[in-house]
Amino acid sequence: MFDRIFEKDVAITGIGQSEVGRPLARSAMQLTLDACTEAIRDAGLSRDDIDGVACWPGDNNNGDAFSPVGPNALIGTLGLKVNWYGAGYEGPGPLAGIINGAMAIASGLCRHVLVFRTITEASRRQTDKTASALTNKTIGRDTSFFWQWYTPFNVLSAINLMALYAQRHFHEYGTSSEQLGQIALTCRENASLNPKAIYRSPLTLDDYLASRVISSPLRLLDCDVHCDASTAIVLSRVDAARDGPNPPIRLEAIGSALHQPWSWDQIDLTATAARDVGEMMWARTDLKPKDVGAAQLYDGFSILTLIWLEALGLCPRGESGRFVEGGHRIARNGELPLNTNGGQLSGGRTHGLGYVHEACTQLWGRGGERQVAAHQVAVVAAGGGPLGGSVLLVKD
Amino acid sequence: MPRKLPALNTDNSAFWQGGAEGHLLIHHCESCRQYFHPPAPICPRCNSQRVSPKVVSGKGTVLSYTVNQQAWRPDLAEPYVVAIIELAEQRGLRFVTNVVGQAPESVEIGMPVRVRFERHEDVWLPLFVREA
Repeated sequence: MFDRIFEKDVAITGIGQSEVGRPLARSAMQLTLDACTEAIRDAGLSRDDIDGVACWPGDNNNGDAFSPVGPNALIGTLGLKVNWYGAGYEGPGPLAGIINGAMAIASGLCRHVLVFRTITEASRRQTDKTASALTNKTIGRDTSFFWQWYTPFNVLSAINLMALYAQRHFHEYGTSSEQLGQIALTCRENASLNPKAIYRSPLTLDDYLASRVISSPLRLLDCDVHCDASTAIVLSRVDAARDGPNPPIRLEAIGSALHQPWSWDQIDLTATAARDVGEMMWARTDLKPKDVGAAQLYDGFSILTLIWLEALGLCPRGESGRFVEGGHRIARNGELPLNTNGGQLSGGRTHGLGYVHEACTQLWGRGGERQVAAHQVAVVAAGGGPLGGSVLLVKD
Repeated sequence: MPRKLPALNTDNSAFWQGGAEGHLLIHHCESCRQYFHPPAPICPRCNSQRVSPKVVSGKGTVLSYTVNQQAWRPDLAEPYVVAIIELAEQRGLRFVTNVVGQAPESVEIGMPVRVRFERHEDVWLPLFVREA
């Protein structure tokens, strides 16, 4: 199917992350510098070693709190001299920066690519409560190729679309609110051991079931929590990676496929783009789902975590509710530790790269109180609906 | 219920304005004889450009739904139903809309529905009601 697996030429060599807060009294650029300088130092590199910058989605020329800093702003601020840089919303979801950066390295454009993601939605919500909840922001009539099919019906937030997936999953597979709630519970339990997490107080199933319904069957506690944060990852060509202080974490396989329309309602409602992503990723490696030691799966909304579990073959299709029920399998000491830093539900909506940061933290044994059993293979996936990407990481 | 309306163009106007004549118009490919949505100048299956809007029955079933309970705007305080309707003409032919005219909590997956247009300016929104 694939005659060259480019990502095997690339490894993660350093990670960094700013404080994660709700909100923080630091500018978006300061947060970005906090994360990026930490990641560069962690990789044993200096600024002058960085010759590429990647981001998703980047600054869409509007300074929006969803992504206030892109490569353009960072390059000059940090004084980088790059051979390649890139960002943009259209691509395989929040991991697109990792995938694009790896492509730049494998194609010979760069040796060390700085990938970052900054978000300041918590600050923005101090002045505009709907700032990050609403999908369409066009003035006047809806001119968007995609949102015009939803906005007129008052589908004004992504949760309405996610709720349609959840309701269908409940209907087809008998998934229950109690099973879905386990994602929130597991994340909270892990967050309680993560000093950076936004929500750390204990959460019970009764608390979950008592939280108000936003768009049935999804509740407030099915939604991730806004934050201010920046996360950075250094990607290096594998030969250069061996010089660094950390054991390289190789990109064993990536998934970026979309074999369905880019649409929130024309795709398979219970498998979404995640199915295509998962099939592609496993077609690029000899490893199998059973080899995965920990999983960091997108939980912008809890239902998406269930969808990713199935799409990545970590449990059979339709079985994710029963797989997570009770939380034993996905606990830190279970067969598949999940979202070990509290995910976005309790850890904070770092939006994509936070999962990569946590996967590396665990692979390198830096998890502190929340450290899970030593393992060599981790999977990260991010996105919902038509947005999706994944990466399988291996520490040899 | 107040609505933000779509900007009309030559690709989408049949869908949004068919209700003026009481018709739900869905794009149809004359080459592979399949409907498709959203409307476009080309068939996404066979890439034929022999496509045009065609009247459908306006009947279908609820494929999935959600009751929105969050007032995204102050004038959206009442719960409302967002649903995906699969049209009777073809499996997989579907779009997002609202189910109206009944208590939100009484909507179910599989429920038969038919179109009911709601005019806003020059747009006729295809909403759906329970089939009697």
